[in-house]
Amino acid sequence: MKSLKQRQLINTCVHILLVGACLVSALPLISIFTYIVLRGAPGLSLHFFTGLPQPIGEPGSGMGNAISGTFVLLGIASGIGIPWGLVAGIFMTEYRDTRMASCVRFSAELLSSIPSIVIGLFIYEQIVLRMHHFSALAGGLALSIIMIPTIARSTEEQLLLIPAHIREAGLALGLPRWKVTCHILLPGIIRSIMTSMMLAIARISGETAPLLFTAFGSRFWPESIFEPIASLPIQIYNLAISPFEEWHQQAWTGAFILALFVLSLNIATRLVMRQKEPLS
Amino acid sequence: MSILHAKNIHAYFGTNHIVKGISLETEPHQVTAIIGPSGCGKSTFIRCLNRLHEETPGARAEGSVIIDGENIYGERVDPVSIRRKVGMVFQKPNPFPGMSIFDNVIIGLRLTGEKNKEVLASVAEESLKDAALWDEVKDKLKTPGTSLSGGQQQRLCIARALAVEPKILLMDEPTSALDPIATSKIEDLLSKLKKKVGIIIVTHNMQQAARISDTTAFALMGELIESGPTSSIFTAPRMQQTEKYITGRFG
Ligand SMILES: Nc1ncnc2c1ncn2[C@@H]1O[C@H](COP(=O)(O)OP(=O)(O)O)[C@@H](O)[C@H]1O
Ligand SMILES: [Mg+2]
Repeated sequence: MKSLKQRQLINTCVHILLVGACLVSALPLISIFTYIVLRGAPGLSLHFFTGLPQPIGEPGSGMGNAISGTFVLLGIASGIGIPWGLVAGIFMTEYRDTRMASCVRFSAELLSSIPSIVIGLFIYEQIVLRMHHFSALAGGLALSIIMIPTIARSTEEQLLLIPAHIREAGLALGLPRWKVTCHILLPGIIRSIMTSMMLAIARISGETAPLLFTAFGSRFWPESIFEPIASLPIQIYNLAISPFEEWHQQAWTGAFILALFVLSLNIATRLVMRQKEPLS
Repeated sequence: MSILHAKNIHAYFGTNHIVKGISLETEPHQVTAIIGPSGCGKSTFIRCLNRLHEETPGARAEGSVIIDGENIYGERVDPVSIRRKVGMVFQKPNPFPGMSIFDNVIIGLRLTGEKNKEVLASVAEESLKDAALWDEVKDKLKTPGTSLSGGQQQRLCIARALAVEPKILLMDEPTSALDPIATSKIEDLLSKLKKKVGIIIVTHNMQQAARISDTTAFALMGELIESGPTSSIFTAPRMQQTEKYITGRFG
């Protein structure tokens, strides 16, 4: 038996180590975010949100088109990726033990491990080259492919968490299987599904690589989904590699806005999760 | 005239032969209790009566069940339509998560096409009254079904099953998860309910079977040992195994 003093000493040491480990793991996040705020916040102004990029030296330059473009891209990606992922997730649970379901599950796993630039290249080959120009649609499509596996797998996981007797209670009312799933089981897990959707959106909103040769970028306001479109990540990239200090400032502010958007999505997700209703 | 006549039911999980040729006839306005040690296939058997058994992957059933003159295992019969005639209440109270009390009750009707709000409201009220729950919940129909107590949840599940107007109600140990007071509420309820629907209840509680049922069937290892009027099963069983079981001299 060690003496009390010894044990207290060990306790204190371990305590210090643990706090240290916490700090070390939080340090990158905190320092990156502080840095972005410090560099980005000074460039905030109204015209940053409402203006278009201007030539060097002209006042009123902004990233309004990139911000709205990002929302358009996220809209297209969600419009395609969410229903697609949901259907895939439902399919995997409903036909659990079939070979087809294992195939879908396996492809979802593979898909989520494919580098996003490869997905961009694929869309470039299949859509951009065929349509003969870059477009918001192609960009949104590339992003949607990144969303699908995330949403599919979390839908499947959530559906499987529902006890079997709940589904059986629905069947016992004389309802066909699909009605039980769509009208009884899905509404019961709508919160968790929304959560996974928000996380998926947060994840793709910073994607740059798949947009490079799909949405491409633009100096104008978004007008049509069949035209190239600006987006925050691409615009940040273009501004950041320019030789002009003024543009670097804009890039930092853009990065700040993007990081803030993703962070708020994540926090909102946490809040939604916290009030999750327990399954019976 | 029986309202349900099961003939020679066999049920399997994969290659496991669980129910080995049970036949059972039930009369209208009666409570039929199925008793037997746990694991003897009671749940499996009654799940054959609404074709729920076959929903488990790898499970299948054989035999015939005549309801309303129709064999529910007939070739062209849709199991979904059968389940509208044969409702079920489960061992664990299972209101649908995230759904209000009201929605829980009327969901079956609504999803089979009933849109008229007044009809739905009156069905909800009637079903909740039949389940002896109306007075306790009439002022909070919009609150989640899962917020009720266990006994109330189970009566909500009874109301939910009644709302689609089944002819027969299957109950699989509906009170085994409940306290004695909630249990006796449900037992009282059954004697009124049987005027509306035929009731088949599984219970491993023999006192309960003796209190509430008109007919009792005793099952053992997937077989039906004997069935008959409850009073005679409990006072003068014909089979030795039954006697052993009801006198508690059995494994
Ligand atoms: N889903 C299942 N898969 C495989 N075997 C099962 C399943 N459910 C029950 N069984 C088996 O069937 C037998 C009877 O179970 P059950 O009908 O639930 O008995 P009881 O309701 O009389 O307690 C048990 O031996 C059990 O192991
Ligand atoms: Mg059982």
